[in-house]
Amino acid sequence: MTTWPILSVTTFLPAVGAILVYLLARGGDETANRTARWIALWTTLITFAISLILVARFDPASTDFQFVEKASWLATGINYHMGVDGISLPLLILTTAIMPLCIIASWKAITQRVGEYMMAFLILETLMVGTFSALDLVLFYLFFEGGLIPMFLIIGVWGGPRRVYASFKFFLYTLLGSVLMLLAIMALYWNAGTTDIPTLMHTAVPRGMQTWAWLAFFASFAVKMPMWPVHTWLPDAHVEAPTAGSVVLAAILLKMGGYGFLRFSLPMFPLASHDFAPFVFTLSVIAIIYTSLVALMQEDMKKLIAYSSVAHMGFVTMGIFAVTTQGVAGGMFQMVSHGIVSGALFLCVGIVYDRMHSREIATYGGLVNRMPLYAMTFMVFTMANVGLPGTSGFVGEFMTLIGTFKVSLPTAFFATTGVILSAAYALWLYRKVVFGALVKPALMSIKDLTFRECLTLFPLIALTILFGVYPKPVLDMSAASVQQLVNNYNTAVTAVKAASLVVK
Amino acid sequence: MSFSSAGYQLQPVLPELVLAVGAMVLLMIGAYRGQGTTRLVTTLAVLLLVLTGVLELWLPAGKLVTFGGSFIVDDFARFLKILALIGSAVTLILATEFLSQPSGRSFEFSILVLLSTLGMMVLISAGDLISLYLGLELMSLALYVVAASQRDNAKSSEAGLKYFVLGALSSGMLLYGASLIYGFTGTVSFAGIAAAATKGSIGIVFGLVFLLAGLCFKVSAVPFHMWTPDVYEGAPTPVTAFFASAPKVAALAVFTRATLTAFPGIVTEWQQILVFVSIASMALGSFAAIGQTNIKRLMAYSSIGHMGFALVGLASGTVEGAQGVLVYIAIYVAMTLGSFAIILAMKRDGQALEQISDFAGLSRTNPLLAFIFAMLLFSLAGIPPLAGFFAKWYVFVAAIKANLFTLAVIGVLTSVVGAFYYLSIVKVMYFDQPIGKLDPVRVELRTVLAVAGIFNIFFFAYPGPLVSMASAAAKSLF
Repeated sequence: MTTWPILSVTTFLPAVGAILVYLLARGGDETANRTARWIALWTTLITFAISLILVARFDPASTDFQFVEKASWLATGINYHMGVDGISLPLLILTTAIMPLCIIASWKAITQRVGEYMMAFLILETLMVGTFSALDLVLFYLFFEGGLIPMFLIIGVWGGPRRVYASFKFFLYTLLGSVLMLLAIMALYWNAGTTDIPTLMHTAVPRGMQTWAWLAFFASFAVKMPMWPVHTWLPDAHVEAPTAGSVVLAAILLKMGGYGFLRFSLPMFPLASHDFAPFVFTLSVIAIIYTSLVALMQEDMKKLIAYSSVAHMGFVTMGIFAVTTQGVAGGMFQMVSHGIVSGALFLCVGIVYDRMHSREIATYGGLVNRMPLYAMTFMVFTMANVGLPGTSGFVGEFMTLIGTFKVSLPTAFFATTGVILSAAYALWLYRKVVFGALVKPALMSIKDLTFRECLTLFPLIALTILFGVYPKPVLDMSAASVQQLVNNYNTAVTAVKAASLVVK
Repeated sequence: MSFSSAGYQLQPVLPELVLAVGAMVLLMIGAYRGQGTTRLVTTLAVLLLVLTGVLELWLPAGKLVTFGGSFIVDDFARFLKILALIGSAVTLILATEFLSQPSGRSFEFSILVLLSTLGMMVLISAGDLISLYLGLELMSLALYVVAASQRDNAKSSEAGLKYFVLGALSSGMLLYGASLIYGFTGTVSFAGIAAAATKGSIGIVFGLVFLLAGLCFKVSAVPFHMWTPDVYEGAPTPVTAFFASAPKVAALAVFTRATLTAFPGIVTEWQQILVFVSIASMALGSFAAIGQTNIKRLMAYSSIGHMGFALVGLASGTVEGAQGVLVYIAIYVAMTLGSFAIILAMKRDGQALEQISDFAGLSRTNPLLAFIFAMLLFSLAGIPPLAGFFAKWYVFVAAIKANLFTLAVIGVLTSVVGAFYYLSIVKVMYFDQPIGKLDPVRVELRTVLAVAGIFNIFFFAYPGPLVSMASAAAKSLF
């Protein structure tokens, strides 16, 4: 087998594309814009193709990190260390798969400063892929935080009317959470003498330090996730961001929180995770019920979907902190599924926004009469968002709920009401926008999906249905890693319980 | 005692001697040939600084001590001297345009910068309180004059006078502290003081407080920062760039050397002072900068904040902390000089622009300039993967190791507040509508910007050399 550094290539290829855009698409005229779009599209497509090689060569039976690359970097114990396992690979593929769609979705919507826009997206892709494949905490932090810069610019430059407020809130909120994590990373560094993630996973952290470090990591990931009550940046950021920005935010950036819990909180601080599980359950249930209710009251389509994202992420945190095989695997699956579905929903909103330049639900109504194809597409994703069996949304919610029922009955009970509420707001949105008579004069001439829009949405429909009836590809990919994570966690927790019994 | 006997070798001070003699020669050239030689003198001054740097590197490796321990050349001194020399040389390059204008035409500027740099080098190598004071005064006296170099400008004169009066006050405090320390330990050499001050007697602590107060003034740390915004704003921009770079290096160097080598026995005593000073500096630097509309005033508050961050490393009192300070100051100098190159480049119709609102829409009118400045600002805010993040990493990692958790938590929180005002400038450049084209950027500014920008953006790819040099330099103190 060849030994080329496939992960580094996947990570840094988009950055090379960004440099190409800078060099080749200068001037800002129409020719330059077209060049920028095509370079960005081809870069993301090639990156996606390379990431598929990862899937082909990935050995799902192994619990070790694969495609490992290591080079000395900052200091002893802080190395350039890359690798993926069953937890990071699905998210990595999700990233590389969503990016070409984002570029296509921005093809016509973005007319100002196209080159810079494409550069920002390509750099963002590098940073996101890097986040999922970094196996060193400092390297991880570099990618994780670096993503703020392009996203800040995407929201601020190409966003809606309140873009300045939204971009600042997004940036500062996330930064505030992350700097505390940075201190915890430093503490871990002195504790173990390294920031190497595989090593840290097998290094026992003292009990007292676990609590503080867990809280510090939680501060960062809870904001990123986002969990109630630190979710307030998300509706603002979603509403103001351009369509593709919302898609990336919902589909990928939110997953970094869940990924962080799975990669760091559970394996490195199992005891603290066990102690704080009821706390996380409470926040998750509040998120599911409260934000679902808030979603019911929204007048802005993007805001509604943003709140529904917070609710769906509640299922993920709940499943993860149940730490049962079903719960964690369900959380993993729900992240992938939500990445596809919420990304697609934002694309759907973007399509009507491009035509009408309004996100108000009241602007629309009766779209089915003029846009049958759109109505069908939107319905698939609405149903997936509700969690209808046969769509990918169902599998994730169902598994996280099963996993949680085994651990905490009240949590699972209250979380289940979220399924009903999600049906309420999603169907309500669908009815208001798509059904009814077409009475509004502005909508009389609205056009159905174009070929380009079909190109972005149909692959996602296929995946939603495919994973709904046949979730095996995703579940199999992560099964071994999830199993190992759960086993290690249980070993650590029972060891402490046994020790405390002996003391008694 | 013969002059070349073991204790009084001249070789370690060769770079300083060359710099001093060179400065005198240039002064003669200027004095006899008149203001027409400004350009020549400036060019020669830059070359002289380069030559001094080369000589510094040419000196034999290891620790060289001369003048009975008053003057020490170790890795720590080499690292910081090179940095100070780079800072001074780049400042002179940045000042080319200023010096070519009728109002700024004076060959004395370069000579004063050279003399001030000489003071810095003495200061960095100071091994006792006498050479410390000698270096400090040589550095500062030249600075007072350059601050007021635009005599016809009221703001510049005010800046110079303010700096002089407050500087004299701080020198007085420092001298008072030094005399107390001498009185209670019976020696002025750092090694001797370290041997005598194994436990904190009240007299030594008193002296220490005054000494630190004087040093805090020079690095513009709170509560001795008041002069900074006014001087930064009033002085001509190239002078401000100078103030923000090389003298900070020297002051921080002597701060580090004096605390770590003269008072290692009473760490707890000075640690609490430094913790307070750095918390206060970080907080003031972050909060007070928010309301600023003048970019130079903003940079002043930014530098106060950054000195606070650098002192976080020193407060830990460990070799990691000293390494953190060194990495921090090196990256800080690169970021600051880059930022001031941008400020100098901001000209419309020959008129220098200093208001933050003047940056509006820069990303449309001059995308590359805006991009570099944005990256410098993100770096100043400490956002990875830019260089500024690594600077913060090394100081905070030292603080965490020394169990200074409160300091570290407050530090990172103020860095979030600080990020707000850096972001505000990015916002003005990227989100606001443009208001007009800038004059073409001069070639020397472009060169400085390119170097600073590349260093800043790509530091993460190859951090090894700087970090290992800083590590060696820090170890030479212990």
